[in-house]
Amino acid sequence: MRSEAARELKFRDPARAAALAARLQQTVRQIGRSPVAVMHVCGSHEQAIARYGLRSAFPKDLDVIMGPGCPVCITDQPEVDEAIALARQGIRVATYGDMLRVPGTAASLADVQAEGARIDVVYSVTQAVEIARASSEPLVFFATGFETTAVATAAAMLGDPPSNFFVLSAHKYIPPVMEIVSEMPDSRVEGFLAAGHAATITGWGVFEEFVVRHQVPVVVAGFEPLDILAALVRLVELVRDRSRAVDNMFPRCVTREGNVAAQKQLWKVFRPIGGRWRGIAHVPNGNLRLRDEWSHMDARRNFTIDLAAVWEGAPSLLSQQCICGDIMAGVKSPTDCRLFGHECLPDNPIGACMVSTEGTCRIWHEYNVRDQRSAVVGPAARATARAEAGGQR
Amino acid sequence: MCLGVPGRVVEIHDNEAVVDFFGVKRRVRLELVDETVQPGDYILNHVGYAIRRISEDDIEGTLRMYEELLREASDNDLMANDVRGEVQATASAEVGAKAHAK
Repeated sequence: MRSEAARELKFRDPARAAALAARLQQTVRQIGRSPVAVMHVCGSHEQAIARYGLRSAFPKDLDVIMGPGCPVCITDQPEVDEAIALARQGIRVATYGDMLRVPGTAASLADVQAEGARIDVVYSVTQAVEIARASSEPLVFFATGFETTAVATAAAMLGDPPSNFFVLSAHKYIPPVMEIVSEMPDSRVEGFLAAGHAATITGWGVFEEFVVRHQVPVVVAGFEPLDILAALVRLVELVRDRSRAVDNMFPRCVTREGNVAAQKQLWKVFRPIGGRWRGIAHVPNGNLRLRDEWSHMDARRNFTIDLAAVWEGAPSLLSQQCICGDIMAGVKSPTDCRLFGHECLPDNPIGACMVSTEGTCRIWHEYNVRDQRSAVVGPAARATARAEAGGQR
Repeated sequence: MCLGVPGRVVEIHDNEAVVDFFGVKRRVRLELVDETVQPGDYILNHVGYAIRRISEDDIEGTLRMYEELLREASDNDLMANDVRGEVQATASAEVGAKAHAK
């Protein structure tokens, strides 16, 4: 187990990785409770943890739980339904690829695409604007993602797009959901790892009031294996010392103020409102909607969205067994779900967490994670093992 | 989706930069980045926009991680695919950086 971890971490600085892992072990031991639980809120963090087999370097008494960090997964069914309703009305819809197979209440965008609706997959809002510019018919960009992605939508809207370009915003704002998760009665979370690139935009200062209000420390983390290990060491030290502080372990991208130019554009276009995050809760100020000044670009104000028509056909019994919400709240793991890896697979996802490349279930499935303590043998480890065994495929 | 990808700025045309991502040149929007960006600088690209200028002091290890990730990754490697998607999110540099500049 140990050698697998060492092998995975060798490409950067094995001595530093080993030292960090030892310090993590020692600090968790000093806390003297088991398990110590911390949460990260970023699909890219879970990818890196799973891909590089970091859990095998974590002490067995430390649970590193993924919270609501997958923007696709927390997009609520009625939001997907709005995009479906527009597409079924014959309006062209563009969205990020991961959104295509996310289940709405009774169907997914892929289902309505198969029925003949025009759905364009784009990698960026700019590509959606270009589709609109190349035609005179309306184009609705179904905009999903956290603040890191919402700033791009804002910049594109401020960049004078053509008048046939509309936005259906399902953007979400991370800081408020951390409040909700830490208040949940079942929550075991003693500290948060904040996502480095979201904090690149917001700055780490956005968490200063949070740590006082909720009495849990926050550490901003980058995405390289050593970044994550170093940030975890710092976070666990803060837990040990009962320190309610924010620490920034990703200073090469994150400052206290953040990217002020991007924030200005974000809040010029969007306002925070309360709304549901799929499976989790109503999150006050957790949704980003267009301000009134932007109603001419707001799909919700320019088209009639008939949700009742979309809601014909009850959700399947299987989807009612999905425990995505509990997984995203950090109170359950994918392996606690009886559908995981059986009825629910990447090719046939029952819940949103199995759809997105940032969903906990999808990550655990693809990288073969079995539990919080498993030594992970993901594709990278398997490739290394193959190479070392003589290169046969 | 929030991983982003670093690249080196080659040219600047108004609000767009031609950026080299591991040998592939793409166009990246500059409206969101809060510092002046010049050729030779490194930026972090997310969904087609530079969201941060990255100091050169620290970039080497980061670039190496991304290079290794892309080189050794299988087709179903989620993290590598997200990085590839981030490069896809930028515009092609072949049609010329000024073609879509407004």
